[in-house]
Amino acid sequence: MLLQIKNIETVYYDRLYVIKGVSLELNEGEIRIVVGPNGAGKTTLLKSIAGLIKDQPRKGEILFANQNIARKSAEKISKMGLILVPDDRGLFPELTVEENLKLAGWDKKTDSYIFDIFPNLKAKLKEISNYLSGGEQQMLALARAILKKPKIMLLDEPSFGLAPKVVSELFRIIADLRKEFGMSFLIAEQNVRASIEIADYGYIIEEGKIVFQGTPSDLRDSELVKELYLGGSVKKPEKGWQLYKRKRRW
Amino acid sequence: MISALKKRTVRLKIDYLDDWRIIQDRPAFIFTAVSVLTLFILPAFVSDYIIHILTQVVIYSIAVLGQNILIGYTGLISFGQVGFWGVGAYVLAHSLKLGLIPAIFLAGVTAAVVGAIVGVPSLRLKGPYLAIATLGFSVAFFQLVQNTPAISGGRMGLFIERVWGIDSPYELYCLSLSLCILFYLWGYRIVKSNTGRIFVAIRDSEVAAESLGVDVSRYKILSFMISSFFTGVAGGLYAYFIGYLEPTMFNITESILMFSAIVIGGIGSVFGSALGAAFVIVIQQIFVALKEFIPIVFAIAIVLVMIFEQHGLYGRWIKLKLYFMNFPFR
Repeated sequence: MLLQIKNIETVYYDRLYVIKGVSLELNEGEIRIVVGPNGAGKTTLLKSIAGLIKDQPRKGEILFANQNIARKSAEKISKMGLILVPDDRGLFPELTVEENLKLAGWDKKTDSYIFDIFPNLKAKLKEISNYLSGGEQQMLALARAILKKPKIMLLDEPSFGLAPKVVSELFRIIADLRKEFGMSFLIAEQNVRASIEIADYGYIIEEGKIVFQGTPSDLRDSELVKELYLGGSVKKPEKGWQLYKRKRRW
Repeated sequence: MISALKKRTVRLKIDYLDDWRIIQDRPAFIFTAVSVLTLFILPAFVSDYIIHILTQVVIYSIAVLGQNILIGYTGLISFGQVGFWGVGAYVLAHSLKLGLIPAIFLAGVTAAVVGAIVGVPSLRLKGPYLAIATLGFSVAFFQLVQNTPAISGGRMGLFIERVWGIDSPYELYCLSLSLCILFYLWGYRIVKSNTGRIFVAIRDSEVAAESLGVDVSRYKILSFMISSFFTGVAGGLYAYFIGYLEPTMFNITESILMFSAIVIGGIGSVFGSALGAAFVIVIQQIFVALKEFIPIVFAIAIVLVMIFEQHGLYGRWIKLKLYFMNFPFR
């Protein structure tokens, strides 16, 4: 097991419980997705794992290659080989593509493989990253993360704001990266339909708790996923207050 | 002619070293060389009063550049610069026996050490909260100096004697200008180096910088140290230039003045720092008879910059340059 998260709890301002006892696992070379509505705690979960929320998670363990990384600094976690690509892509908008890559330790001579994966970036090396299209920005964010040679990549809504064609291209690249470099991915997504295609396992998170988990076929067969995430029909619709709450959240 | 024009206007940087170069092409080299020579030679033929103003501009430029590295490049708002400026000034005043250049260096190093300590809150605080914390340092420094005669020289203040044969206004100006050029070259190297890129990365997205493995705390402290080193050196040079120190010279207004210089000159620009410094010093001289109006002039200038030119005077300069480079085309 490469990453094992045991019952973590993340609290903002000592009173706002955002993650309430989440446990999940990630094996080497695996892609797992975490899906859920806005405000479910997906981003907080990823940030807690990556050490980007100071002194959090308050409870629980995060074992990465058998070492507890909970509450360690983001810099140390990143150097151990776990990298987060944030939902806003985390580019440095005033720097050029080349400068962005250099910040991740890009070397012109040894790291040309990056342009085999992302050929678009080669032609745009001198461009200010803020002026790239959304898809190119996402590619740059991924390229920068790959340069750090991580074992695990945490991707926060990588398909956000991208056209369907670009989304499928992006997920194809992620699948290729897994195959070629043996990287593992934990992806927080709202686009269940696209991400489920490449996932080995999936979790549904609502109000800071995992409410459903299973293989892609389990997810596809789940009435809950069909109703709330895939837009399908439900044979026996759930009734009552619970369904009303779920729909409102979504 | 068209090809010559193309060569001049469509000049793309082809590798990273090209971007590093301060002087990009021959016309820029000629312009820079003529400007530097003019700056050295012309003041030999003007009055002492003009030299006095120019020296002030040159010294102030170093301090403003230091603050711009911190605020403009790293995104850490500090109103504590007058404290570093004062540390530099008083360290020079007390260590002048070592000789002028060692004393100036010591002034910078001491200010950098103080900067590292003052920078510690920046690891937790951001934006206006950090500004208030550093403002507290300015006030504390002022109180400390005012209530410690051993540092400030008591009611009489502290007189600084001339050493090393640098005495005339022109000699002082040449020394300050030489140091200023050195510091600007160094500042330019810093912002174009990997360290500079990391400063910008911290400013633009601390989360992304951290997740790329950047030791954000270390670089924030480093930025504070570099900034306070620049300001400390400028403070030491200023003390030697004025020849007299008293605590009221280091009140909070100075920090605000430096901040105005950055905003007006251009946030996050090396050359803009010099333009901003020149602006605030010259405006003070123009309105010397109407001192009460100076804050109003700065306030109006800042508002105008915010509305019409967010990149300050440097932004205007770039637009002007592009206009002439592309003339008669737009």
